[in-house]
Amino acid sequence: MKLNLRIWRQDGPNDSGRLENYTVENVSPDESFLEMLDELNEKLVSEGKEPVAFDHDCREGICGMCSMFINGEAHGPDRAITTCQLHMRRFKDGDTITIEPWRAAAFPVIKDLVVDRTAFDRIIQAGGFVSVNTSGNTIDANALPINKADADNAFDAATCIGCGACVATCKNSSAMLFVSAKVSQLALLPQGKVERQERVLNMVEKMDEEGFGNCSNTGACEVECPKEISLDNIARMNREYLKASLSSEK
Amino acid sequence: MTKLDAKIPEGPLKDKWTNFKNNCRLVNPANKRSIDVIVVGTGLAGGSAAASLAEMGYNVKAFCFQDSARRAHSIAAQGGINAAKNYQNDGDSTYRLFYDTVKGGDYRSREANVYRLAEVSANIIDQCVAQGVPFAREYGGLLDNRSFGGVQVQRTFYAKGQTGQQLLLGAYSALSRQVGKGKIAMYSRHEMMELVVVDGKARGIIARNLVTGEIQRHSAHAVLICSGGYGNVFYLSTNAMGSNGSAAWKIHKKGAYFANPCYNQIHPTCLPRTSEHQSKLTLMSESLRNDGRIWVPKKMEDVEAIRSGAKKPKDLPAEDRDYYLERRYPAFGNLVPRDVASRAAKERCDAGFGVNKTGEAVFLDFASAIERYGKEKALQEGEDTNNMALVRELGKEVVKAKYGNLFQMYEKITDDNPYETPMKIYPAIHYTMGGIWVDYNLMTTIPGCYALGEANFSDHGANRLGASALMQGLADGYFVIPYTIGDYLADDIRTGEIPTDTKEFDEAEKEVRDRIEKLMNNKGSKSVDSLHRRLGKIMWEYCGMARNEEGLKTAIKEIRALREEFWNDVFIPGKADGLNPELEKACRVADFMELGELMCVDALNRTESCGGHFREESQTEEGEAMRNDKDFTFVSAWEYTGDPSEAKLHKEELKYENIELKTRSYK
Repeated sequence: MKLNLRIWRQDGPNDSGRLENYTVENVSPDESFLEMLDELNEKLVSEGKEPVAFDHDCREGICGMCSMFINGEAHGPDRAITTCQLHMRRFKDGDTITIEPWRAAAFPVIKDLVVDRTAFDRIIQAGGFVSVNTSGNTIDANALPINKADADNAFDAATCIGCGACVATCKNSSAMLFVSAKVSQLALLPQGKVERQERVLNMVEKMDEEGFGNCSNTGACEVECPKEISLDNIARMNREYLKASLSSEK
Repeated sequence: MTKLDAKIPEGPLKDKWTNFKNNCRLVNPANKRSIDVIVVGTGLAGGSAAASLAEMGYNVKAFCFQDSARRAHSIAAQGGINAAKNYQNDGDSTYRLFYDTVKGGDYRSREANVYRLAEVSANIIDQCVAQGVPFAREYGGLLDNRSFGGVQVQRTFYAKGQTGQQLLLGAYSALSRQVGKGKIAMYSRHEMMELVVVDGKARGIIARNLVTGEIQRHSAHAVLICSGGYGNVFYLSTNAMGSNGSAAWKIHKKGAYFANPCYNQIHPTCLPRTSEHQSKLTLMSESLRNDGRIWVPKKMEDVEAIRSGAKKPKDLPAEDRDYYLERRYPAFGNLVPRDVASRAAKERCDAGFGVNKTGEAVFLDFASAIERYGKEKALQEGEDTNNMALVRELGKEVVKAKYGNLFQMYEKITDDNPYETPMKIYPAIHYTMGGIWVDYNLMTTIPGCYALGEANFSDHGANRLGASALMQGLADGYFVIPYTIGDYLADDIRTGEIPTDTKEFDEAEKEVRDRIEKLMNNKGSKSVDSLHRRLGKIMWEYCGMARNEEGLKTAIKEIRALREEFWNDVFIPGKADGLNPELEKACRVADFMELGELMCVDALNRTESCGGHFREESQTEEGEAMRNDKDFTFVSAWEYTGDPSEAKLHKEELKYENIELKTRSYK
């Protein structure tokens, strides 16, 4: 295949960016999208040019590092996958592919397609945990039976990889899907119940402070989420938040 | 030859750790506040260590090269974590986990460390559940278990095929809590470039901010290397693209001995390589071997028909299939340890029975499991168990619940539906048992410098059993280092802050700056990746699943030439004072070019076969690995002397007082 690429190039956070055109040839349908970009980069290096900077690491869809807006969709045209799992068989000879970084005020561009997502870390630091220290003296794991449905729902919420596709997709750049996944996981489990009120209040407060927008229930985040995190989590977080703001002393 | 002192506590095996904890020195809470600890890497070992030490009161600085601590490659571990809980009442115990691990490691690990690992394994599960890690549960609400290779009990805890992710997010949440409290300073997108040694003790690191290119000095009273393994020496592996051996290699060059570098794990169930453009290999969890059966056709004509597409694998009748693991190892069947399964796959493919175009693939087939589970489910639901279409549908649901994400991953990569046709798999480099030599306290041969998790060598001998890496990473970080580090830091309560304006820091920083400058000004013609790929080919060809004297000697010669070529002809575009992924890769590959040579030196020296290290000269008539306990019951710990080929060998004799050395048999 021969493909035309339009890729966002930006030197640094304070520079203005632009879309630049490249062509890649002899692309095999069996290679992954990132391998196609590897080849472009090798070509650029061999021409003495600077390669396109992009985030990637595990290349098996679990680390959450890769983050590309491909033809107007987070992680490209397929559902339930990350950019690194997208394969070139999804495209055809002569296609033009536009590749941009996540765009959100809370995710400033560092370079080219690389953005700064440390706002997510700061939200977790505000309350995305159970306050239990390491010790050899916690109760036996089976002393706390957990209803399988709750455990399964908590697991589904916990599979969020923190990639930020939800934010990039949302017209309001809302982080509600990300935050609600963590709030839900811990609210569904007995271990998380003790701190559930402070947790949701603190995490939401931090989320707002970081400059993420609000949720207007379009559901686009759920559609683009590579881990299919459900919109139900946002509903659950809203309930948690309402309960906490009515009854909490904070 | 100096004698290595592993500092194993006195007393019977089962009392050693208790004795140590009862007698080690402590640092009181007020003094902990004036002690700094650097943790390099935030995977299971580093994340759990950073969190635990900060909770205890130490000031922690944690470093990772990823954009967030949550992305360390532990996250990709799929299958599970072992613990001797005996929840299934199938005869498990601390001793049995210890025994399985030592045997699985082909009697090349240190008894006392492995026993401690087995001992604290149960605490790990309790700790993780308390943190809110959503392990798989049964309908009664209790934890579920499954079985892994090399054992005959069910002691593996799991969270679908994402156990590593859930455990890492648990450690990350504990770490984040301490960052929020100001007890951990988190440096993401930072890479350790050098260790700083002052008066013989590890006292800091030089780090590079990968975004700005700034070279920074960080001091501390102790430095923990939790940077994972070095599987990416092979270029193609199941490691993440950024996984590297540089932190370990840097401390090695500063005096830490490197142990058993030739012990590499080749994982039997990975996706086969398809072409030159491939950037990595993807693992399919070992848990799949609970339900998948591995086979190749018996007849060559069927092999050819399958390769050409004339026949479909599922149409081949059972009598024409060679379930070679079940045939050769009836007692363990498809659940033999990884090294055994990998070699058996290679044997069949070398004999010409590989089932894909490259001839390097075997089938992993779920058809029988789908039928078995489907019948069970049909029975439970009162459906007709002879309605095979329905049975298969029900069976697929069960399999999907167990391995759904793995099947989806497989389909995305290969465009084949594994519910309908068997997976094609082949062995690939996955894990490195070798690593930095540490004593019982996890301290390297540099005082104050520790190595935890995959970065050290101590627990898995020559072969790691499945679901044991997660166990070791968390054991080291949550339960071992919090005790052992106090015993060392008790001497540092009056030291005060370590200054960074000293000549040792000056020199270390200069080394880093010189290295970067040399790379940037090289003006060569070859990309880092092209050189790395060539290194990988040499390693896989000569130091992969089978090794021999001639090949290893060739490899050493070729690596040395390639290294020279690298330094003469590598080209790095861009600038050093900003984000420059090519420069990052070059720094890592430069270290691989040396480490790869040491691996071959070690493999050449160890003329026996053991675990993942298979020397063709040392095998039985049936082609099984043959150990030589008389001459090789020791750990090879290599001291850097300026050139990997001139590394000086130190031996730690391994004593087995609680286990009888036997020929490992899974037949």
